[in-house]
Amino acid sequence: MLATLRCVIYRDVLLAVRRRSDVFTVVLFFVIVVSLFPLGVGAEPALLRAIAPGVIWVAALLSSMLALQRMFSSDHLDGTLEQMLLSATPLGVIVAAKIGAHWLISGLPLVLIAPVLALQFDLSQDYLDILVLSLLLGTPVLSLIGAIGAALTLGLRGGGALLSLLILPLYMPVLIIGAGAVESAAAGLGALAHLSLLGGFLVIAAAFAPWATAVALRISIE
Amino acid sequence: MLEAIDIECVRGARTLFAGLSYALRGGQLLRIAGANGSGKTSLLRIVCGLHAPARGEVRWLGEPILRMREEFWRQLVYVGHSNAVKDDLTAAENVMVTCTLAGLTVAREDACAALRKLGLAGCEMLPARVLSQGQRRRVALARLALSQAIPLWVLDEPFTALDANAVKYVQELMVEHVARGSMAVYTTHHEAQIVAAESLRIDLDTAVN
Repeated sequence: MLATLRCVIYRDVLLAVRRRSDVFTVVLFFVIVVSLFPLGVGAEPALLRAIAPGVIWVAALLSSMLALQRMFSSDHLDGTLEQMLLSATPLGVIVAAKIGAHWLISGLPLVLIAPVLALQFDLSQDYLDILVLSLLLGTPVLSLIGAIGAALTLGLRGGGALLSLLILPLYMPVLIIGAGAVESAAAGLGALAHLSLLGGFLVIAAAFAPWATAVALRISIE
Repeated sequence: MLEAIDIECVRGARTLFAGLSYALRGGQLLRIAGANGSGKTSLLRIVCGLHAPARGEVRWLGEPILRMREEFWRQLVYVGHSNAVKDDLTAAENVMVTCTLAGLTVAREDACAALRKLGLAGCEMLPARVLSQGQRRRVALARLALSQAIPLWVLDEPFTALDANAVKYVQELMVEHVARGSMAVYTTHHEAQIVAAESLRIDLDTAVN
């Protein structure tokens, strides 16, 4: 079981490394969207500081959604997904590995680059840590929830639009809590409550999303 | 023993076949025949547990496969219409990944040896992108050479795109497999008969009620 888990993560990361353009698209989209805001709203430091966490979070959310559709579609097209459904390892484990790899490919780079982008918004050093921590806890939740939607819309025509409609409402709590972490720290209330909530989301999503995704995949393939 | 009991397959509003029953024992080779669209692939997918039949059930050693799940899939090799070959992985990596998914631990040397047996010597480390259709089919079938311990092979059109030598080699693999007391189910349009001790044949054109 662990061998399969390792193999699937390794395979997906290897595929991403060999097709770097897919990863770069996501990261570049994130960088550009975030960078457009200071240009658009003007260089008023107080305003930029206020909108920074929200902008970075919304951009991270959209970029991670950009990569969602690819999560299962290429495996579906070339028949690998059938092999996964017929695997000796429970499908939930394979799906968990795929979600993990998806986060490594399209979530982690966003977390790592976010502090650099935050500098454009004059976000102070203390809040950078909180922003990164909130993204570190929040982006895996986005991948986990997104996987359910990607599995449900697999092979549908116009699946992309449907995926956004399905998933964006579910992303809202993560966005509100995630972006709220920095704001509440800035207001002197501390970010612990928000970060704990995000951690709670992560635990619940990690426990249920892979199995829900597995069931959705079986339904989509039938 | 693989049993199908009174299975019915419905695609859309059309009943492809109904009331189909058979039992396959160790040492038997089953060929599913039928015209295009007669439901050969659907039947194989039902046998694998990818589809649930509209009625009836498939049993492995007396137990319904849809209840056994991983327990059954551990004893199954399914090579479908699609090759499950990733363009960006090398031939050897492709074989290793599919084998790992099937629960087999395969070293790189074994994967390369299997590829060489299928006539892909020199292609082991090439990305699948540069391989031809027939070569990709061979990559997909290379796992058969590593799956001798797995009792049930389900092969959907295994000979498509293969040249005469490769067809002969895959047929030999199947005959050996069956001779070991295992079973194989396959579909094909090749009329070349596989000589095995016990061959069964289901013709879906005549089985339709």
